[in-house]
Amino acid sequence: MLAYLAGVPLLGLAGCDGGRAFSFSGDLLNPNYSVAHRLRDGWRPPPPEGDPGGRRVVIVGGGIAGLAAAWQLSRRGVEDFVVLELEDRPGGTAISGQDGEFRFPWGAHYIPAPMKENRDLVALLEEMDVIVGRTTDGEPVVGEAFLCRDPSERLCVDGRWHYGLYPDQDATESDLRQLERFQQKMIELAHGRDDRGRRLFAIPMATGSDSAKVRALDRQSMAQWMTDNGFDSPRLRWLADYACRDDYGLTLEQTSAWAGLFYFTSRIPAEGTESQPVITWPEGNGRVVRHLAEHCGDRLIGGQTVVKVQNQGEGVRVEAVDNAMLASVAYVADRVIFAAPQFVAPHVVADWNASGRSINSFHYGGWVVANLRLSQRPSERLTEMCWDNVFFDSRSLGYVTSTHQVGLDHGPTVITWYQPLLDDDPRVSRAELMRLDWSDWARVIVSDLRKGHPDIESLIERLEVMRWGHAMIQPRVGFVFGAEREQAAKPIGRVHFAGTDLSGIALLEEAFSRGVSAANAVVQADPKSRA
Amino acid sequence: MIHRAPNYLLYLNVLVIATCGLIYELLAGTLASYLLGDSVTQFSLIIGVYLSALGVGSWISRYVETRVARTFIEVEIALALLGGLSAPILFVAFAHIAWFRILLFGSVFAIGILVGLELPLLMRILRDHLDFRELVARVLTFDYVGALVASILFPILLVPRLGLVRTSLLFGLLNAVVGLWGTYLLRPLLSQRGLAGLRGRAFLVMGILVVCFIKADTLTLWTEEAILQTPIVYTKQSPFQRIVVTEDRGAFQLHLNGHLQFNSRDEYRYHEALVHPAMTAMVDPRRILVLGGGDGLAVREILRYPSVESVTLVDLDPAMTGLADAFPPLAELSGHALSDPRVTVINRDAFVWIDESDQTFDAVIVDFPDPGSYSVGKLYTTRFFNLLRQRLSDQAVISVQCTSPLVAPQSYWCILNTLRAAGYDALPYHAAVPTFGVWGFALASTRPLKLSADGGPELASALPQGLRFLNRSNLASLFQLPVDVQPVETLPNRLNDQVLVRYYDQEWRSGG
Repeated sequence: MLAYLAGVPLLGLAGCDGGRAFSFSGDLLNPNYSVAHRLRDGWRPPPPEGDPGGRRVVIVGGGIAGLAAAWQLSRRGVEDFVVLELEDRPGGTAISGQDGEFRFPWGAHYIPAPMKENRDLVALLEEMDVIVGRTTDGEPVVGEAFLCRDPSERLCVDGRWHYGLYPDQDATESDLRQLERFQQKMIELAHGRDDRGRRLFAIPMATGSDSAKVRALDRQSMAQWMTDNGFDSPRLRWLADYACRDDYGLTLEQTSAWAGLFYFTSRIPAEGTESQPVITWPEGNGRVVRHLAEHCGDRLIGGQTVVKVQNQGEGVRVEAVDNAMLASVAYVADRVIFAAPQFVAPHVVADWNASGRSINSFHYGGWVVANLRLSQRPSERLTEMCWDNVFFDSRSLGYVTSTHQVGLDHGPTVITWYQPLLDDDPRVSRAELMRLDWSDWARVIVSDLRKGHPDIESLIERLEVMRWGHAMIQPRVGFVFGAEREQAAKPIGRVHFAGTDLSGIALLEEAFSRGVSAANAVVQADPKSRA
Repeated sequence: MIHRAPNYLLYLNVLVIATCGLIYELLAGTLASYLLGDSVTQFSLIIGVYLSALGVGSWISRYVETRVARTFIEVEIALALLGGLSAPILFVAFAHIAWFRILLFGSVFAIGILVGLELPLLMRILRDHLDFRELVARVLTFDYVGALVASILFPILLVPRLGLVRTSLLFGLLNAVVGLWGTYLLRPLLSQRGLAGLRGRAFLVMGILVVCFIKADTLTLWTEEAILQTPIVYTKQSPFQRIVVTEDRGAFQLHLNGHLQFNSRDEYRYHEALVHPAMTAMVDPRRILVLGGGDGLAVREILRYPSVESVTLVDLDPAMTGLADAFPPLAELSGHALSDPRVTVINRDAFVWIDESDQTFDAVIVDFPDPGSYSVGKLYTTRFFNLLRQRLSDQAVISVQCTSPLVAPQSYWCILNTLRAAGYDALPYHAAVPTFGVWGFALASTRPLKLSADGGPELASALPQGLRFLNRSNLASLFQLPVDVQPVETLPNRLNDQVLVRYYDQEWRSGG
């Protein structure tokens, strides 16, 4: 036993410097960029063969915005459309995965219950039987099965879990006073109206105010706004910073005060004081994707890299490469809804450069999302596992539990861990994403989870890591009310734009609304075009 | 003889001693932060107390004038016992005593004194064999190397692999080994008298530590036994809960996670009250669903009705539905109900099963544990009762165990109000169960429930033979609420806002 003791530290020392093997395995995943990178490196697809397919509308991109556009076109009586999606499966950053009986998100995973003013989203959720009725004053009633189950969230500070996200351990009276004053201030801002009667912050954001007072908020950081308003409690600032990292992938210092305040105020009803409850599914917003994709049927074509969109006389020519065949396909459409991110547009939309636009202020943050299959739940002492489980002293956002909403509280599960990369220059983040391998991320993730679950490593059966290079548009200071964003939403000829980045914030509600608006614009532009 | 022992063995001794010493300090600091929170304060206090105790120990060493080697071995054995058992004792004590901090710092101080004694004594033992310069250099070197070993091993290997309790026991064992080995290594310095006793004690301490090391998992059991104060006759830790059966004055009691579920002496009162109001509310109930109730005692009552064709019992835990096999007195008490060919046992979370199933039932007996956690509270939500409606035949009646209306009135009425919010007609009723006191139930149906002239529910079928608690007239009396059990206004328990769990926690913590 003594020899054992003498020998061990040497082994320990030799073994602890990074080369440690894990007892579980998994894959390192990323969105499909192979064709895009081939194009970048000079490869040119063969010219399309045969006559181009004629469509009334071609939708480029099968994320929420593109799928919403398709859904809205149908509602307006336009059925002659096709959705071209780069990936094999639709959804963009709202995709989800499945492993046996478990469904889990790979990105966006909840929607705050919409208020009645958000008519289109309410209609969609009614169609999905998620909204099951109306209150006497017309507000939607969400089915109990879809509202995030109690207990919804908890925070781990110094290895101890507490319900709720505010770090209230040892909070001073001044901390708590500031928290209360902050909440009051948010309610005040939520109830505020500009001189045209618009909410200061509304969802979709385009229906909110753009008065000078509101625009001014976009010119300072959330950190500055909090300082200016006397909110210096470290606990409160942590909470606000967490909110910015969670919703925008930015720190308090990087986030525009408009966006920071939007987060806290836009979900408070005009008459109420509480934020709207949260709608979620085991697979996150993948459920919405599935519903919208089913509606498209075979009009949704995956594995298509759109390489060219060109206005031509009375129509638009669209060329795509079939990722599997590396063969080209061409379409001629009356109109195109370009529902891919803006950073793709200059490379694909032929008239983009001539339109005099720029997108220098469009920054997209890198994210890492991991799904971990656990053989058992970690042992718990002070709380039960929640839907959202957050670590106080961490760069990660913690994890959500996929089985929480199903009601399974025992046995194996899949948890989804999130971390935005917070570099000031997102290109640095993307370089980091490409540089680190699976075991690097496994080490980061395991040591993060260990803060709240000392036994986690022995429970992991599989760990899959998704690297999102351009996960989210970032509402940095000055972007949301900058000229570039407002310009980007305008059509170029018969090419209309959709996408959450046009709103400056990455939210399902915004993507959905942009898709619906683009569809409406297309229908209104040529109401009597061939059906 | 000591000069014949290779020197490195002596230094290995120092190394082990030093490692053990630092491990105890790290254990105490980790445990204190783990249990009390605020790691900066805990570590800082523990280190301070420990270091000062080292000084005290060193000072005390000057009073050891004779029999230095023997004292050294005594110190090792004492340290083995005290240090080795420190983590398990502190874990157990945390749950039970108000003055945990005093015990914590007391044990850290005591361990510190013993560790402080070690090196001065050892150096005095060795001083005749080495010159002073060499002695100090070597002993202190190995002392500090030991500290390094401990600080590296502790986070990398010990805590993740062994856990705090087993780490503590392992290093106690090492101290004991050093002590025992010392009786051979330092044999020339020891008198024959008492040598066997010394070795005997070393072996005894090692034995205790080894047993604890093997039994570390059942540590929680001892703490439970301390609370229960009755002999434990059966125990099993399932993935879902800890099942404990105790025996007291010829009867046995089932505890799940430390909560008493029934006492075989008076459980018939509870189960007759739970089952028969629902079963007699319709003519010839045929298909019956039992949710929870894996002990089979509710099924025993159901099987008294000849009309029953099938009983489906859904209970999360196979260890619970298998308890009658593992613990025969329960099989006897339940009349071997779960072995009846009419009974089907399904081990699934009822919340998930109720949505997956497509069967319908004439009567449902809901016998879940009390809503003391969110994972149980979900089974008392409007969502769950709405899902349950889909499993009911047109005339179906359900009964629900609803905790004590006397101890936890808000919880009790919250369950009634939740049933009503989910569209049920619900009648409150109660029964006296000596082990629990006044217990509350709900009789509910999606059709209106009528009361008969005697104030009880309308009976469509007669009560079966062989009941010990209920007859026609006192069944009605269960539905007469005493003055101290009157309706309270509460919110309904919703899946996204489980007020019931918070009511329950509040009421049982203050009143239970």
